[in-house]
Amino acid sequence: MLVYLLCFALFLTGLYGVLAQRNIIKIVIGLSIMEFSLFLFMVLIGYVRLGDAPILVNGKEQTVFVDPLPQAMILTAIVIGLATNAMLLAIAIRIFRKYGTFDVRKINHLKG
Amino acid sequence: MTIIVKTVTKIIVGVTFLYGIYIISHGHLTPGGGFAGGAIIAGAFILLVLAFGSDVLKLKAREEGSSTFESLAILGFLLLSIIGLFIGAKVFFYNYLPKGTVGELISAGVIPLYNIVVGIEVAAALITIFLALVIYKEEES
Amino acid sequence: METTLSIIIGFMIIGGLFALNAKDLLSAVISCGVVGYGLVICFLLLKAPDLAIVQIVVETVTLIIMIAVVLNSSREELKEKISLKLEGISYINTRYAANIAVVVVFTLLLLFFFGESIDILTPFGEHTTRMSTAYIENAANQTGSANLVTGVVFDFRGYDTLGEVTILFTAVIGILTILRIKGRK
Repeated sequence: MLVYLLCFALFLTGLYGVLAQRNIIKIVIGLSIMEFSLFLFMVLIGYVRLGDAPILVNGKEQTVFVDPLPQAMILTAIVIGLATNAMLLAIAIRIFRKYGTFDVRKINHLKG
Repeated sequence: MTIIVKTVTKIIVGVTFLYGIYIISHGHLTPGGGFAGGAIIAGAFILLVLAFGSDVLKLKAREEGSSTFESLAILGFLLLSIIGLFIGAKVFFYNYLPKGTVGELISAGVIPLYNIVVGIEVAAALITIFLALVIYKEEES
Repeated sequence: METTLSIIIGFMIIGGLFALNAKDLLSAVISCGVVGYGLVICFLLLKAPDLAIVQIVVETVTLIIMIAVVLNSSREELKEKISLKLEGISYINTRYAANIAVVVVFTLLLLFFFGESIDILTPFGEHTTRMSTAYIENAANQTGSANLVTGVVFDFRGYDTLGEVTILFTAVIGILTILRIKGRK
């Protein structure tokens, strides 16, 4: 149970970064930490004690395997996380070009 | 970059590219698959651009070449899965090539072809993202 | 096994807290790499080699892009104290207090729901679902691949792979559109 509690603490650290920071780059870092904690939680749920990696080898016979379904889902989620981060950084570049700063309190000039 | 970085890069880039192709093609036998191999091939290209400057690929902040590769790879993915509508059990995403014995290089039906197509797609996407964000120029707008 | 995992996750939490409170943006970005690379060691300990290969390469590419963005723009952290003193007194108290109150409320809500759901989770290491036993027994016969994860990703759940490819393509188009506004006519 201690492992689940620490994974949740990592999620709360990322949430603190998203809610209470004023620099756009640090908000992106907080979002990235939240995503990592979710990947870790999904793989922790699918672990079987004394299990092997889910690959059939000719020499060994069938033993207890770790669950392959959460691993298959997280495999695509990692690449999607990279795409989301890259898009947020592109928006941050545009904001810096227009306003000259990364502060979220100063970007409030909505032109009608 | 200094001469040491350039010499080591010349030796390493070829081996890394070959390693990426190995992981893509043996995706149904060993750990790896399309996503891991595509990311490794993108890493080899990024190393080449970082060591020699941005005019080694003759690009100068235009990325039409890698975008073309990515679009062609996605079209190939859709084509492979639509063919399953006409052969065999007539469902989308059907595995219609013969499945050999487990453990050989040519086995598992359509999965090696899927691995190759997804590997090209992921590599082209990562290279395009890198070129757009790192080697951009100031646009006059 | 549990103690090793707990120590590594503890290091990740310390790295994350340092990354969010650093004075320099370059140090913050490099400390974000601590969390990513610690995750690779956790994946290897939990017997997931596919995920470890993908995570280590993706983390390196993310670090390269972030360092390039930070070095091409400003590098220093914002001067928060000066801007707080220039405003009026009532403005400081309401904004600051609302900030802290939102964080505390969210944390208490999440802790309450986590405490309720921790009783339903099976203890760490015992995992029995009928879907996983069905996949493990039939994957080798029905797909013909020796790697069970690849068989599940490309054959049993092919629609998810199609969705992922679409998202990657859309993200690349979005980045190219945001950064290249060609002249207004």
